[in-house]
This record gives sequence, C-alpha cells and structure tokens, in this order.
Amino acid sequence: MNWLDQIFVTSGHQLVSLAPASLQPAASVLLTIAAIMAVCGGCFALTTIIERKGLGRIQNRRGPNRVGPCGLFQPLADGLKMLTKEDIVPSSADKAAHFLAPIILTVPIWLTFSLLPFGRNMAALNLDSGVLFFFALGSATELAVFMAGWSSQNKYSVLGAMRAIAQMISYEVPLALATVPVLMLAGSLSLVDIVQAQGGYALGFVPRWNVLTPWGLVGFGLFLTAATAESNRSPFDLPEGESELIAGYLTEYSGFKYALFFLGEYLGLFAVSGLGVTLFLGGWRAPLPILEWAPSWFWFGGKFSALIFVFIWARGTLPRLRLDQLLNLAWKFLVPMALINMLAAAIWHLSPQWGGVFTSPPMRWLLTAAMLVFPYVWLGRAVNPRAGAKREYAYAE
Amino acid sequence: MPNNIPFYLAAAVTLGGAIAAMSLRNLVHCALCAAGAFAGLGAIYLQLGAEFVAAAQVLVYVGAIAMLIVFAILLTRGGKVKLTARQTAPNRFVGFLIVLLVCASLAGSILRSPSLQARTLALPEVTAPAQRIGENLMTAYVLPLETVGLLLTAAMLGAVVLAIREEPEARLRSEPTAQRRQALEEANIS
Repeated sequence: MNWLDQIFVTSGHQLVSLAPASLQPAASVLLTIAAIMAVCGGCFALTTIIERKGLGRIQNRRGPNRVGPCGLFQPLADGLKMLTKEDIVPSSADKAAHFLAPIILTVPIWLTFSLLPFGRNMAALNLDSGVLFFFALGSATELAVFMAGWSSQNKYSVLGAMRAIAQMISYEVPLALATVPVLMLAGSLSLVDIVQAQGGYALGFVPRWNVLTPWGLVGFGLFLTAATAESNRSPFDLPEGESELIAGYLTEYSGFKYALFFLGEYLGLFAVSGLGVTLFLGGWRAPLPILEWAPSWFWFGGKFSALIFVFIWARGTLPRLRLDQLLNLAWKFLVPMALINMLAAAIWHLSPQWGGVFTSPPMRWLLTAAMLVFPYVWLGRAVNPRAGAKREYAYAE
Repeated sequence: MPNNIPFYLAAAVTLGGAIAAMSLRNLVHCALCAAGAFAGLGAIYLQLGAEFVAAAQVLVYVGAIAMLIVFAILLTRGGKVKLTARQTAPNRFVGFLIVLLVCASLAGSILRSPSLQARTLALPEVTAPAQRIGENLMTAYVLPLETVGLLLTAAMLGAVVLAIREEPEARLRSEPTAQRRQALEEANIS
C-alpha cells in the first residue's frame, strides 16, 4: 500500500526526471506549483457548488440545478460569466491601487499552501518557522483589503475596509494564541514536525491528536472561531454586511477582479482549514490503527472536507454578529481564554513530573479540563451578562 | 547567474519601493510602496536562509507597521491633501549631508567586516534556528525580553487610557453645576 500513499510523490519524481538535468530543479518547482494551483483551484470550484447546494438544503430549497447534471457545471458557467463581464472602474478611483488590490490579496494566500503537509512527504516547503510564516502571509492580506477599500473612493468601501481590518487585526491575536500550545508541546514551528509529534496511539487505539486533549479541544474551538472571522465568513461577514454597507470593500469591483476577491476568500478558508487539520486533527494521520492502510493524503482530504462542511453548516445556521459584539467576543472572551489555555497546556505537559496522582492520564485530563471549564463559564457570563435571563420581545410574543 | 535572479528581483522590489516611497506625491501611495520595500527586504532575508527573520519582517513591518502608517495618514486627513507642486525642501543641503554621513558609516562598517574579506561566503549551518532563537530568548536574553514585555504593556495601557471615552454619567457628575446643585441640596437638608 506504500505505493498508493506515495503515488503523487513518485509520479512527480518520474515526471521531473523526464526533463533535461540542468532544468530539473526548475521543473520540480514548477510541477509543485502547478499541482497546488490545480488542486486548490478545483477545490474552489467544487466548494462553491457544494456550498450553494448545502445552503439550499439548509434553507429548504434546491440550490443551483440548471447547468449540467444536478447543476454540477454551475462553477464553469459562473467562471465564464465572470470572465466575460465588463470590468467597471469608477472614474474617481485610484487606478493603480484598484488594479493591484485583488492580485496582492490572492498571492500571499497561494503562498501559504506551499507550507501545508498534504500527506506523508507531501509538503512543498518544510520551513523551520512554518507557522510564523503562515501568519505573516495571512497578515499581508490586510493591506490588500485596505487598498481595495481606499482606492474605490467610496464611503461604503472605506467603511467596509475599516471594519474588515479591525476584525482581521482583532482575530489574528486569538488565532495566533490558540496555536501557541500546539507549538509549545511539539517544540517546533515546522508544520511537518507538528504532524510528526501527533503520531502514535494511546491505549493502542486512541490517536494522539491534539484535539483529543482538553487544551487541544479548547484551542481547536478558539481556532475555528477565529479562523471563521479571519476569513470573513458568516457569522462574522459584517465587512460585507449588505444591509448596511452594500458589499463593503467589494462594492466597486466587478467582473474578473470581483472573482479574484471571491477566490481569495475561499482560498483563505482552505488555508486556515488546512492549518487547523495540521495543528489539531493530526494532519495526514489515520484516526485508527486498523485504518492505516488508506493513503495519507486521503485522510488529510477527508478531515479537510469535514472542516469545510462545518464552515458551510455554520454559515447556513448562525445569524450575523453586531460590530461591538464581534470585537467584545475577540478581546474579552477569546484572548483571555487562549491565555488560560496556554497555562492549561503547560500544566498538562509538566504534571507527569509532579508524581502522585498526576501521572495517570485521566487525572491530568480532569485537572486541565476543570482549569478550562470554569473560566469558560465565567468569561461567557461576563461577555454576555443577559445570558440565561428571560428574553423580552418588544413587538413579538 | 541564474541563481542570482531571485536576489535581483527582491533587490529591485526593495529599491524601487523605497525610491517610490520617497518621491511619490500621494501619501497613501508612499505608504503602500514602503510596504512593498519591506516585503522585498523579507524576500532577501528568506533567500539568505534567515527564515525566522523573514517571517518576523513580513509579520511586523508589512502586517503591522504599514497598517499603522496607513491608519495614521487616514486619521490625520493626510490622504486628502492634494500635492501637485514640486517637492521643495528648504534645507536640502543638510539632508544631503546626513544621507552622505549615513551611507559613509554603513559602507565603512560593511567594508571592514571579516566576511567580506573571506571572499567565499560560508553560511553557518544551524539546525532548527527557530528553536535556538527561542532557547536564547528564554535563557540568556530573558531579562531584555521581560523588559520589552513590560514596556509594551505599559504602552498599551497608556494607549487605552488615551483612547477611552469618559462615561456620560461620570462627566455629568464632574460638572460644576451638578456639584453646586448637590451642595445646595445638602445645605437645604441640614
């Protein structure tokens, strides 16, 4: 079964060996880039149709069903429509920045995919400070959002960009802090090493994934919340709140540039999903020893798809937050919770050395879980003081 | 020669961005070009094998400092000022002198560096550089790290104090008329 696991790596090597020796390094790089762009582009097309179908199912309608069997060719039709649409640039717009913004938005997001280990030996780049690089590239997109909003010379665009930047800066903090316990316990910033550290099984069948520890579970929850906000998705999509801001910083974009923003949004979602899988869900590792026969990229893809499904599900079921609720949630709940989570992870790591009852895993589990449950309840009540009180409706009964 | 192409690209982006940041008329354009120069510098660090420094450069300069500059320009209405006249600095000569001094001191220290005289540049092989940086920060340089942390916390608290809006009730209570009214009431009671 090893050949199936490494099928992409070996076939890639064979393809590269066809090239003349002097061009082989360049051919290898180009092949990797082409593979990542093809797979992620295909995922983008597939996700748009699955999302529309899924939202349709949640809202009791059919979703797109006219183009091809069950509407499966809808992304192709959408792409053609976007390509052939007129590209309208406002006469007062700052032409250069308006043109460059969608490009600057998508380029760093493409770069993040080179860091993700999609399977065993399937990371394009194993950077020693991979996670840090991931966040650096993520923060570079904020400038593109600003460029898009400012260059449009439209009040809605500027307000939307300001909102988006405030949201992205605020949620970058809990996003980074939620990953810190993983880095602390893996002892490395490299994504490949982090997957390596989650190998093996406790009791012979429970995988040593980070999400199955108390701090990992809390960290994963924090990470998912912050990642949703970071990729501007519902329920945190208020930079594009159409009832208030038309379409936020996208207002003055049309045609292919709009499609690029759309692509950037989905690719950002894929990137954080891939990072979440790598950091908390064991990367490409199988969930049970008897399932090890399936190839590693299959497990990565499976976990990745499950996360994407969770994001679509959340979009279909959760109402949008208000701006003050959004910022309060980030600074008064997620950040303190992430800091407490770091402490819990440290105690989880150090408690076996204390001897006595702390050497048994269930005891450590209970101790760290208690450390996290009480702050969760307390912080949650502090953020929303009316939680649990009877709701009063002004106009409805 | 082909191995040098990434370096020339990064150097061109850095220099071009820096020159544009100085000479463009629109302040927001200048800030964006400066961000481009920061990113080019990050690419050069990456090419030199300093991954951690490159990531920190992009994270801090492109992600945070460029945003800060842009916000400062927008909040002070600098972005709306239309500058069409040629740039004229009254003390151009002094500026030129300062540039010359900085360039001379930099060139002097570069020319005297031992790695330039070694002719063949040998990059030291370091395993797990990020881990080494972390260990050094937690052992040898823990005091500077804590000091920086304290300084930043103090700065953040100061920013919060400056930005916080006084509660309307507190303002009412501190108004002299309210105080006088209260004093009058107390006088009536007694």
